This record gives sequence, C-alpha cells and structure tokens, in this order.
Amino acid sequence: MSIWSNLGLVYALLGAAVAVFLAGAGSAIGVGIAGQAAAGVVTEDPSKFAKVLIMQLLPGTQGIYGLLVGFITLSKVGLLGGGAAALDPQTGLLILAACMPIGIVGLISGKYQGMTSAASIGIVAKKPDQFGKAMLFPAMVETYAILALLISILAVNAVQI
Amino acid sequence: MAVLQMQRISICALKKDRKAILEKIQSMGVIEMNQIAEEEEGFERMDTQGPRQSFEKQAQAVEQALSVLDVYAPQKSSMFASLEGKKLVDRKKFNEVADGKGELISKVNQLVSLNKEIAENKANILKLENQIESLRPWLALDVPMNYKGTAKVSMLLGTMPGETTLESVYELVAKREPEIDAIDVNIINSDKDAAYLSVFCLREEETRVEDALRSGGFARPSQMTGKVPSVKKENLEAKIKELNNEIEKIEGEIKGYASAREDLKIIGDYFRMRADKYEVLGTLPQSQRTFVISGYAAAKAVPAVQKAIGESFDCVIDVEELKEEEEPPVILENNGFSASVEGVLGSYGLPHKGEFDPTTIMSFFYVFFFGMMLSDAAYGAIIAIACFVILKKFPRMEAGLAKSMKMFMYCGVSTMVWGILFGGYFGNVVDIVSEVFFGKAVTVPALWFIPLNDPMRLLVYSLAFGVVHLFVGLGIKGYMELKDGKVMDFFCDVVLWFAFLIGLILMLLPTDIFASIAQTQIVFPPFLNMTAKALAIIGAVGLLLMSGRDSKNPVLRIALGAYDIYNITGWLSDVLSYSRLLALGLATGVIASVVNQMGSMFGKGIVGVIGFVLVFVVGHTLNLAINLLGAYVHTNRLQFVEFFGKFYEGGGKPFEPFKSDTKYVDIKEETLS
Repeated sequence: MSIWSNLGLVYALLGAAVAVFLAGAGSAIGVGIAGQAAAGVVTEDPSKFAKVLIMQLLPGTQGIYGLLVGFITLSKVGLLGGGAAALDPQTGLLILAACMPIGIVGLISGKYQGMTSAASIGIVAKKPDQFGKAMLFPAMVETYAILALLISILAVNAVQI
Repeated sequence: MAVLQMQRISICALKKDRKAILEKIQSMGVIEMNQIAEEEEGFERMDTQGPRQSFEKQAQAVEQALSVLDVYAPQKSSMFASLEGKKLVDRKKFNEVADGKGELISKVNQLVSLNKEIAENKANILKLENQIESLRPWLALDVPMNYKGTAKVSMLLGTMPGETTLESVYELVAKREPEIDAIDVNIINSDKDAAYLSVFCLREEETRVEDALRSGGFARPSQMTGKVPSVKKENLEAKIKELNNEIEKIEGEIKGYASAREDLKIIGDYFRMRADKYEVLGTLPQSQRTFVISGYAAAKAVPAVQKAIGESFDCVIDVEELKEEEEPPVILENNGFSASVEGVLGSYGLPHKGEFDPTTIMSFFYVFFFGMMLSDAAYGAIIAIACFVILKKFPRMEAGLAKSMKMFMYCGVSTMVWGILFGGYFGNVVDIVSEVFFGKAVTVPALWFIPLNDPMRLLVYSLAFGVVHLFVGLGIKGYMELKDGKVMDFFCDVVLWFAFLIGLILMLLPTDIFASIAQTQIVFPPFLNMTAKALAIIGAVGLLLMSGRDSKNPVLRIALGAYDIYNITGWLSDVLSYSRLLALGLATGVIASVVNQMGSMFGKGIVGVIGFVLVFVVGHTLNLAINLLGAYVHTNRLQFVEFFGKFYEGGGKPFEPFKSDTKYVDIKEETLS
C-alpha cells in the first residue's frame, strides 16, 4: 500500500486549515485596514469610538465563517472527540475542495470589505448621522462571503464518509 | 402605520406679543418654521444677528465654565450615564435660575478667569523649571555665576564641546598663547554634550585667554545669575512651590463653584433657547405693529396650538391644507411595537410625499429575521432582559435611543423563540455540561429541528421566507399604484410579475432539482402543472409586450420588455440573498459549540469548572457581540436592499420643530398636561 492511499485524513485536515487560515487572513487584513482608518477618526473625535469600532469589526466575520467551516470539517471527519474516520484520498480531496470557497472568497472579500469599511468610517467621521447607510456598503461585500460559506457548509455536509 | 397629515398653520399677531408667542411655540415644540417668502410692502425682517450672537457667545462661555468644572471638580458618572437622558426641571425652577443669570454669568466669568490663571501659573512653572535645568550643570560652583574675580584675577565661566578634558584645555591655551602660564582651569561638570569650565587667569590676560579658549569652542553660558547656583536653584524651587500652592488654592476655589454646576447647565440651555428664538425671530416678516409666523404642524396638533395661542393673545390663526407643490416634513405614527424600528427606517430615509409608510410591515419581518439569524434562546433572553432592565432603569432616556433599545428587546424575544425552535441554548451547553460534569449526555430537544443536522431544510425555508418578504414588497408597490389610480401600471408592473414569478415557482417545485434540495419529491396534479406553465407564459409575454409601454417605437418596446424579463436574475439573486438567514444562524450555533467544547477541555473537578466558566463567559460574550452585530447589519440589509428595492424610495424630510433644543435639561411644562 503506497503512502498516497493513506492521505485521506491529511487532505481533509488541509481543507479545514485552508478554510481557517485563508478566511482568517482575509479578516485580519480587512480589520487591519479598517482599524487604521478608525484610529485616525478617534484621534480627532474620541466620542465616535463606538461607531467606528463597529465599522472596524464588519470585515471580521470572514474569519468566523472560516472557523465555522473548519470546525464542521473537523467534527465531520471525527477529529474532535477522538476516533478519526479512515478516509480514502478521494473523500479527503472532496472535503478539501468543499473548504475552498470560504477560504478563497473569505481572503479576498475580507480585504475588500476592510477597504470599504475604511471608506465608510470616512462617512461616519464627516456625517455621523449617516451611520446606518455607511454600514451597508461593507455589508454588501460580505454577501459573497456568506454565499461562499453556504456552499462550503452544504458541500462539507454532503460528502459521504 | 402612517405618515401624519400635515397642515400649514399661520399666526398673525401683535408685535408686542411676539416674544411671548414665540416662547409659547418653542415650549410646545410642534411647529416646524417655514416662513412664506413673500416680500410684501410694509413687511420687513428684523435683524437679530446681534442679540443672537451674544446669546450664543454666552452659551459658549457657560460650556467653557462647565468643562473647567469637569476638569477640577469632576462629577462621578456611571458607565451608563449616556443612557440617562436629560434631567427634568420644572418651569418654575427654570425661571428662577434664569432670573439669577447675572450672578451666574459672573460665576462663569470667574471660572473662566480662574482657569486662565491656572494656565498662566503652569506656564510660569515651566519657565522656572527650564531655568533650573540650565543651572543644573553649574551647581557645584560655589561663587555667583557672574562673579568677576578679584582685582588681579578674573574668572571665566563657559562651556566647551563634549569631549573636552583638563589636559586638552591646557594644551589649547599653551598652543595659542605659549607665553601665558598663569592659568587655572577647573571642570565643574561634564556630560556627553558639553564640559562646564571655570577658568582663572590674570585680569590683563583675560581677553587673550578667552580668545584662545574660543578657538576650541568655548562659549559663555546664556544665562548668568548673580547668585550662587545652588542658592538660586533653591530660590527657584521655592517659587515653583509657591506657584503650585497658588494653583492648588485656585483649584480649591474652582471646586467651591461645583455646587453651581446644575444651575450652570440650566442657564446654558437658557442661552441656547434664547439664541434659537432670536434666530427664528430674524426670519419673521414684521410690519409696524404686527408679525406673521408660518410653519408646518401635524393636523392633530393644530387644535392645541389654536387653544394655547388663540386664547391668550390677540391674533388670527389660519390653518390651511398643503399646496400641491409643497414638500412637508414627515412625522411617522406607529403602534408601540412598530415604532421601535422607526430609527431603522429613518436611517434609510423617511417616506417622501404621498409614499406608503412601510414601518409596520417592516417591523414584523425585521424582528422575525433578526431572531432567525441569531437564533439562540439564551442569547435572546440576555438581550431581551438587558434591554428591558435598561429601559426601566432609565425612563428619561433620549427618545431615539429608547426606541432602539425597545427594538433590540423585541428582537431578543424573537431570538429566544427561534432558539427554542432550533434547540440552541448557548449553543449546546446543556449537552456538554451534562456529559463532562455529570457523565450523562442530556439534550434539550429542538422544538422544530436542529439546523446543523439538516441545513438544506432550513435553506429551503429561508428562501421561502425571502420569497414571502419580496412578494409583500411587490404587493405594497401594487397597493401604492392602485391608490394613485395607476391601474395600468399596477397590472403591468405588479400583476404580470406576480403571474410570471408564481408560474415559475410552481414549475420549479415538482422538478428533480428542487427534490434534491428539499429531499422530498413534490407531485402536482397535472392541471396545476398546466396552470403554472400558463401563468409563466402569460407573465413573460405580458412583460415582453407591456414593460416598454412608454416607448412608441415597437422594436424598442419589445427590447425594453425583454430587458425587464431579464430582471428575473435580479429576483433570483434577491431570493438567494436570504440564504444568509441560514448561514448566520449556523454561525452563532457552531461558534457557541466551539466555545463550549474548548471550555470542556479542562476536564472534571474544580479546575475544570473554573476553566469552563472562564472560557464560557469570555467566549460567549464575544460570540454574542459579534453575532449581534452581524444579525443587525444583515437584517438591515435585507430590509434596505431586497425589501425596499421592490417598492420604496424614501427621501422625505424629517420633522424638525422649533422647540426648546436643550442640551442638559428638559423643562416640564405645567400648562401642558
């Protein structure tokens, strides 16, 4: 039996890792970008802290979606709570593929949502009463992360072990 | 669920009553000023710039005085101070304070000037400290710095560059002036920037020695004192102490004014109100003996104005319906439940003239979707209880904030209901705790089903709720068109779309694709299949022919119709957008489970329990916060983008009455019950 036929679980774990680290990195970039803008606003007007903090948090959700898929994957292959299932490589790769959407979309949408958040923080700085509208622009970007999350969840769930 | 009917109310009265009438209107706060811009002969506008600015300046001075008080006599305020709202002060007390404004203004001036004194003293201290700093290297010198020397010998004080040593100084002088040997150099102090020297030499050779030293970078100190440096330093320190004492004394004096804080707040508001009044006064057209006020008021508030003004003053009050071209400000009126989401509507835009107020319908969907996205019974209970307690504890909370609190309270209740339906209590805490600590897994059964075990089912429901939401939106559009008498538009834009969409949905339901998603095969009787096809075809053909009905060119008309049918992709993406109901709901539950799992890793026993509680509290707080934010943002999005996109434009102007626009206190009126 060659080593290749034993890699099923590795592929599955790689899938969980991809989901968590790509989406998490996207969120980290996004929250970072938005945080810089938020810090700038707070130096001028500390009373806007709560509002800009919310704005900064908006790109943080991709990381959570990644975590979500990662967790579902781990529990699916039985790595949580012991007794990992013996996976053949094909199933492992299926799970890896299922984790891809949230990983990749999370990375890219996280970054761009961060940039949009930074711009929206600009709105809050100049027109604090337009907070509701400003919040919508980053939420638009997030839609695609949600769609990716959905497909990842459904796909991971659909893989038969 | 309505936009209040507005009327224009105009009051013509005697000039001698103008201030009293304006004050009355201001205290009632139900009229938005909108003067009729008529430039009629005999009517003039008064220039009130001067008094207005002086009131504004006084209000500003009071603000300044209050901020001084806040610095030196800070008031203890709780974390929730911003929830408390303005204090209620009755009219009598307000007038009393306003009568004593002369005294209060002198207090304000006193506070401001005391603050200035402190600032000056602090600046002086800084200066003295700088002096001490420059004396520091010379402290070892035990003669005054400007000591000239004796009759024969003179002393030179000065600095040389950092690396200077005794040898290098002697060397320098010996090189430049080889014949001078009566010279004594002492290094008093040295640091990395400079060496501080005192040099003694014969008086007649002083200039030559100094020149020699200068060539090596010697410079006399910039500040010379007639005292021994250490004595001087003591003097300066004594002065600083004195100034500090003075500051302390002034601070004490400022603290003595702390009792006037409440009165100062009232008087600040008084000045603000007066400034507002003069601003309005400046816009009123006035003749020799009369003046005219005109503005918008809600129809139901008009009788109260007529009563309050008409009965106490000689005046004519004219109430008229709005003209066609007028765009009145908007006041919404809703029942207690629906009014709580008015803020959400306001942040999108109030309905424009003649538009339907969607608040009531939106409020139900809002609470419904919010609960579904958060869907955890425990989280819901926490939110609902927290909001309820805050609402009860701070009854004078600012109105907008109170509405939001109420909204979150209802959303919390909805979250709780969904949590019970989906079996989520802090995620799966019951299972984990019972299994880890009691050794036997207990599961609280979900009333409906557990989404994680059957996500496709919830997806189908989510999309179905979305379809209902969107159809209601389209229905409202139809209602508005019928109300405006646009029957043709109603038929083409709404009925045809309904036929087309319902036909398509009915065609989709029995297919294999849907069966694979919903995991049940739906079989329709043949006639229903026929009807579905017929509906879809009628809808599609109708749209193709009718959508471009404004265009005379038949080719363009068909092209526009085809383009409108293409909008079906928009509908598809709108419906799919509701999948976030599932995704966000799952996110809450799964992260909560992750937190519980992490907490349970400490095992049994005391350490286990402590570890679990720690992880539990921190983890769930974070999860609640981030998912609350998510649910709020995405519920708003579903309303704003998907729902409002179907029918709502907004763009109405909010009602901004001329009222007592205070910052610190609300005045309780005795006349108005």
